[in-house]
Parts: sequence; structure tokens; C-alpha cells
Amino acid sequence: MSTTAVTAPLSGGRRFSDRFGDRALFGLTAGASFATVVLIALIIYQIVHGAVPAMSKYGLGFLVHDTWNGSTIFGGGATIFGTLVTSAGALLIAAPLGIAIGLYLSQLTSARTAAVIGPLVELLAAVPSVIVGLWGIVVLEPIMRSTIEPALHNVLGFIPLFGAASSSGAGIFTGIVILAIMALPIIAAITRDLFLTVPSELKDGALALGSTRWEMVRGVVLASMRPGIASACILGAARALGEAIAVLQVVGYVFQAHPNLFDNGVTLASVMANDATSNNTTLETASVFYLGVILLVIELLVNLGAQAIVRHYRLPSVTGGAAQTEPRRTVDVGAAATAIDVDM
Amino acid sequence: MATFDYSGPLTPSGNLRRRRVVDRVMRGGATAAAFIAVAILLIFIYSIVQRGASAISLSFLTHNPLETFSLSANVPLGGVGNAIIGSALIVAVGAVMAVPIGVLIALFLTEFATPRLAGPVRLALDLLYGLPSIVIALFLYGLLVVGHGQAGFYASLALSMIMVPLIARTTGESLQLVPKELRDASHALGISRWRTTVGLTIPSAFGGIVTGTVLAVARAAGETAPVLLLSSLADPTTTSASVFGQPLNNLPLDIYNFSVAGGASNFAKAWGAALVLVTFVLVANFAARALHARSRRMMSR
Amino acid sequence: MDESPADADAASQVASPLAINVHEATEEDPATLEVVFDLRDVDVYYGQSLAVAGVSIEIYKNHITAMIGPSGCGKSTIVRSLNRMNDSISGFRLTGQCNYHGNDLYASGVDPVEVRRRIGMVFQRPNPFPKSIYDNIAWAPRILGMRENLDERVEKALRGAALWDEVKDRLKTSALGLSGGQQQRLCIARSIAIEPDVLLLDEPCSALDPISTALIEDLMQELKRDYTLVIVTHNMQQAARVAERTAFFSLDVSEGRRTGVLVEYDDTARLFTRPADKRTEDYVTGRFG
Repeated sequence: MSTTAVTAPLSGGRRFSDRFGDRALFGLTAGASFATVVLIALIIYQIVHGAVPAMSKYGLGFLVHDTWNGSTIFGGGATIFGTLVTSAGALLIAAPLGIAIGLYLSQLTSARTAAVIGPLVELLAAVPSVIVGLWGIVVLEPIMRSTIEPALHNVLGFIPLFGAASSSGAGIFTGIVILAIMALPIIAAITRDLFLTVPSELKDGALALGSTRWEMVRGVVLASMRPGIASACILGAARALGEAIAVLQVVGYVFQAHPNLFDNGVTLASVMANDATSNNTTLETASVFYLGVILLVIELLVNLGAQAIVRHYRLPSVTGGAAQTEPRRTVDVGAAATAIDVDM
Repeated sequence: MATFDYSGPLTPSGNLRRRRVVDRVMRGGATAAAFIAVAILLIFIYSIVQRGASAISLSFLTHNPLETFSLSANVPLGGVGNAIIGSALIVAVGAVMAVPIGVLIALFLTEFATPRLAGPVRLALDLLYGLPSIVIALFLYGLLVVGHGQAGFYASLALSMIMVPLIARTTGESLQLVPKELRDASHALGISRWRTTVGLTIPSAFGGIVTGTVLAVARAAGETAPVLLLSSLADPTTTSASVFGQPLNNLPLDIYNFSVAGGASNFAKAWGAALVLVTFVLVANFAARALHARSRRMMSR
Repeated sequence: MDESPADADAASQVASPLAINVHEATEEDPATLEVVFDLRDVDVYYGQSLAVAGVSIEIYKNHITAMIGPSGCGKSTIVRSLNRMNDSISGFRLTGQCNYHGNDLYASGVDPVEVRRRIGMVFQRPNPFPKSIYDNIAWAPRILGMRENLDERVEKALRGAALWDEVKDRLKTSALGLSGGQQQRLCIARSIAIEPDVLLLDEPCSALDPISTALIEDLMQELKRDYTLVIVTHNMQQAARVAERTAFFSLDVSEGRRTGVLVEYDDTARLFTRPADKRTEDYVTGRFG
């Protein structure tokens, strides 16, 4: 550091480079931050703007009509159906498993074992979705086609969900399994961190009353962490809702909304990915953007919901995300609530 | 109420036997869940390595696909040479844009922002983080590609948008670990704010910046939706060196295209490309972990 | 020289200016008392290091037994060993005989959950669950299958902990809204709701104000009628006030290791006024510790 700064006169007159530098730093940092806010607004505006031709033509009916013939008629009903069914199904599988893993890593095993298994679970989230999809096509679909789907149909065929097995192994059900694999590590990692915050004196108190370990976990750990668990599941669902590529790979591309899980279908994201670049009419492009609007609304609601839960219950910051290991905490501004300090 | 015999044997009494069974079942279930997850990961890695290894060769890594995605089983095995180069370029350009912006935002939040200013910025960061990559891709597609054509640079833009929240987050954490006393001492010496930041704060937080960058790069390298929309119509037989003005072939795109084309030889190419990509991603994740652990240790001294 | 007014024995007394209100030395014959805990030569190891050595002590039914001594000399370790709460600490190992009503607590085949149903514990800092007052008390009985007359059971427990009148109108409110002293009494109520045999109290008042402390000390006199109490305390006066028998622990720092040892165990009055061991005398007269 320059020594002349120390010998500068105390009464006013800081060096020009200091003032300029401070101002420049503030300008740059504020500019970058402001740009981010503007960017979000711009993204929302652009997507909505791009959808206007379709929105004005179809209105809200777009949400329920499922015909999409690629040239003249467009309806988003099938995609909404597909998105909801695949995400709900994935969550149904991933949430209990993920919470169980979170419990295992935090409560039911030694710290040494958790230090090995935990990172492995997190690494599962780091595998790119296109590779998960590839595995789904080459490895999972044959098994689905030949073994799993026929078996499920035989046992549970009386439920319309488990109708005739698909001939290719591709379908909504395969998509559910693939999406569950992607959501699972997120829920596991977040709930593990959450459960680790339960104070040991609370757990001791429960055990001292003559409860088994599971009863202690259920009564103290799970019961006190319900909002956080909900938040973790929501974030896992967000991952599934936004996944385009893996869904395209294993679910197929058929605009239908059949109750049979083994049939093909579409989701909002998969159609957006598939149709954006084909030579489109204006109406088709606008319809793709309309799908984007719907997906945006769903994702915003979901993410804001999770944030609200975290904030309302003042939980240890748990906004997680896919493929991330340590950096799970939001940038905390607590200590930095310093006013802007610009010396003159 | 029947009196309890306290001097009886200390084996399960009353309903404890049943509760013990429930306890064992639940704990077993949780353990099983954890091992299912690990098993899935190991199955993935095994599949990728086993199927991809047979496709990997020096020519595979350096040559371009000799034929576009054909269903014929007799197509000779091309390679992913231009895809590797393309991915490297696109991700690198994206990182070059994302790192300064991410660091600047983190600096703003830790050094300058009042709670009132920080709120919207945080919100924007969180929303950006939660935005599906397909939405970001569609946004840029509508803005830049429609009527003009694709370019690798547009994919870089998309990736940088995905990377910024990540880098901002890790950088922010590291910045917070720099003790306030250090910065105060520097100011007390008459050193201006920007010199303190550039000369003291950022170097101290350097570990976090690097960790965040590595993790962000690992995530961005695997993103397929942006490249599908923004850099997918490249001629697969040529190799380009510039991200500007033209789409570049890249790894996730190759994996995707080979996987949906189907057929044994295409699948083989897909697995080979997948092996390359996954190796990079896993190595990067390990590196980030090691870096993080090391910078943690240095911070706590 | 301060003499406690209750002390009638003038011969060979130790000047103990700290011993106020010591009980009259009892004339109980230990042989007639029912033994609840019988420890013989108990050693506790954490990994390789010997934490407490050679503890032999008998704890009697419906008595309050205090364990005093400087920090780190094994009082809490021994007490936590009595209800198998040390099991979760890695490296914990106990040798010797540790009998409860004649049954070895550390025999193979013993279920720690069953042990804790009979031997309850109150901790140093109050640790109520983040549930309502009612649910705090009712949680364990529900698990144990004591579902009939739950309301009465809760009331009885709260009365037994001298808390009923203060909370009877707000049983469904969160337990975290209670004061520190109330929370600790809630924890006591929680423990007695399942009708244990023994209540272990590990420095129960050290986080509380003097008024709450006095309340709980009075409470213990009531509780001992139904339960056997063992209390760890670093407050000598408290031991002198409440306990019939007191065990004094100290540290043995020979051979470079720090090991807790039981120095003396006697009727409280005798321990404070005519301690047999010089170490005890030094401690209770405040010369060290």
C-alpha cells in the first residue's frame, strides 16, 4: 500500500485517484447489481412480449386445449398436464427418499460415514441432465419396456394409471423416474443441513424420556423442521418442473394427456426445447413463448414460495440448487448493512 | 393403574418390543434410501465408463463426426473433437463474462448495499438462480437469434447468466469471512476503500471466488437447453475457433443428438462424449471441494 | 466462627463457614435402607483415557443424593452412566458393576430405552420441545402407550412439578414462552409424567435465578417422596440444603493423567462438618475448588 496515503494532509483533500477509485468501484458494483435486476425484468418482459400473438388469439383457453398440430392449431393443455404429472410423480418418489437420506446422514449414522456418503449423494446432482437422459434411453427404457411396466400393469392394471405398457419404454413414467433421480439429491442435501441444526440437547431430552431413536427423530427433528422440509421439497420440484432435455429424451413428443403413465406425452419445457428452433410460423413461435410464460409463472411461484417459507420461519438459509455442494447459503448482508461511505 | 415393576429385568417391557421393531424398520429404510442414492450414482458412473471407454480413442477425441446423425449402423465412428473445442470455447467465454459480474455483485452486497438496496438485488439473484435454463435460452433466442442466426457467443451469454448467481453466492460467503477488523484497520490507515477492496478484501476472498467459478463452470458445461436453442445448427464436420457469428458444435449437444438419433453406433458416440463431459464435471467438483476445504482451513487459522 | 444452629454435636468439628443449614446428621443405618443403585469399582473410559476411576457407591431409595466437586471430575459422567445416556458418546466404555435394583445396567441384552423409561433425567439447561406445554408433557406418555386419562396425567405431572397453577390456563400455548425457571419445572413435569423410579438432575439450577432455584429445591423435597433423586451440583450450599447423602468427587492428577475419583460419600451433615478425608475438608471449607 502506498505510504503517501498515510502522510496525506488530514484536513480534506484526499488524493484524486482515491476518490475516483472509490466512485468507480461503487459504480461498477452497483452497475452490475442493477443490471441483474434489469435482466430479470427484461427476461420476463421478452417472454411475455413474445407470447402476445398467441395470448391474444387463444386467451386462457390455451391452457386447456391440448391439440398442437405444429402448423395451425396450438394448445398448451397437454404440456401443462405433462408438466404437472411428471413433477408431481417425481416429487412423490424423491421427497420421502430424500428426507430419509437427509435423516440418515444427519441423525442415524456416524459423522465419518456421513462425510463419505454425503458428498456422493451431492455428486448425483452434478451429473448433467443430458447424460441422465442418455442413461434413461439406453439403460432404463429397455428395462421399463420388458420388465417394470408389464409387471406394474399386471399387478396394478386395474388403476388407469398403469395401463398397457409402452412399446418403447419411453413415456411419462420413465420421465417421472428420471426426474426423481434429479430432484432426490437436492432434497437430501437440504434436509440434511436442516436436520443438523437441531440442538443436541433437544434430542437428549427426548431420548432421556425413554424414546427410541426413530421416535426422537419423528417427534423432535421432523416435527420442528416441517417448514424447512416443505421448502426443500419445493426446490426439488422446481428442478423437475424446469427440466427440458431429459424429458425430451425419455418421455417422447406426443401431444396427449392420457391417464396411462406408460404413454408418451409432453411437458412445457420439452416442447419449448424441441419447437423453438424449427422453422416456425409466427403463431407457432408465439405459442412456444406462451408456454414459456406459463412455465415462468409456475417457476416464479414455486421459487418465491420456497423463499417465503425460509424467510417466514427464519430458517438457516437453505436455498439450495442443483449440482451445488457447499455454496448453499444466500449472500447474507447482515454485517454489511453499512451505509455507503464516500469521503469527500 | 397397574404398578410398574422397576426391579424387573431391563429387557423391553410393555409396548417397547413393538416400538423396537418400528425403530429398526425406519432406520433400515433410511439407510436403504441412502444406499439407493449411492447405488444410482455408481450405476451411472459404471454405465458411462463401461460404455464410453470402448468408444474413446485418440481419434475419437480429436476427429469430428464424419457423418451427421445417421440411423445407419454402418456409419464409421466419428469423434467429438470439434465438440470438445466448441464446449471449451463457449464455457470459457461465458466464465470470462460471469466472474467479474458475479464478484462485483457480491462486493456490492457486502460492501455498499443498504438493506433497502440489497433486497431487490438478492431477489433478482435468487430468481435468476431458479430460472430454468430453457427459459433463459428462449429469452436469448427471441432476442438475438430470430431473424439473425445462431452463434456460440449467444450460448456463452446464456451460460454466464446461469453462472453469475453461483459465483455471486460463493464470493459473497468468502467476502463475509474476511474479518471486518481487517478492513477497518486498512481504512484507519487512510487507505481508500477501493484500494482496500482490490488489495486486501478480494485477495482474501480469492479461494471462494475460485471455488465458485469452478462449480459454476462444471454446471454450465453440462447445460444442454441453451446450446440446443442457441448453438446447435453447426456443421458438425468442421471445427471453428470463434464463438462469434456462428454456432459451434459442443459436447452436450452431441450427446443429445446422438442419444435421440438412436442405434448402436450413435449410442456409442454418445457414451464416449458423455464420458468426456462427466469426467470434466466430476473432476471439477472434486477440485472445488478440495479448494473449499483448504480455504476454510486457511480462514480459520 | 459460624455454627449452624442445627448442629448439636460440638466435639471435633471442622470449622465450615460455608455450611449453612446443614441437616441434622441422621441416625439411619445404611443396612436398613433399600438400595436403588449399587456401583462397585466403576471405571469410565473415553477411548483410551480413563475419565473416572474406581467409583463405588450405593444410592438409597427416596433419598436425595448429591454429587459435588470441582468441574471435570466425573460427576456428570457417572450420573449420565446411570441411565445409559453416555451410549451415544463415541469411545465410551464402562467397566465394573453398575447395578440398578440388582440388575446390571450394562449387561448385554439390556435395552437402554427400557432403562430410561425407569430412570429419568433433567438437564442443566431447560430443553423444552418446540411444542405446546400440554404436548411437551404428553409426548412421552403417548409413545409409551399411556393414552387413557392423558389430561389427568398431564395435570398430575404439572402439579407434581409445582407448575400447574401457573400454566393451567394456557396448556396449548408454546412451551418456549415460559420463563427459564418455569421451563425447567416443565422439564421436571415431563420426566415424572411417565412415572419413573429415579430422577437424575444434572446441575438443574445452574442456569436459573435464585428464586427459581429455591422453588426447585423445595420441589425436590416433595419429589423425593415418590422418586429417588440424584443431583449433580457445583453449589455446595445447595447440596447441604437438599441432600441426605453427598458424594464428593475430585481429580487425581497423578501420572500425568486427569482422572475423576470418588473421594468420600457420607451423610451430608457429617461430610460437611466432619469430613473423613482431607481433600473433602479442603473443598468444603473453600480452601480449593
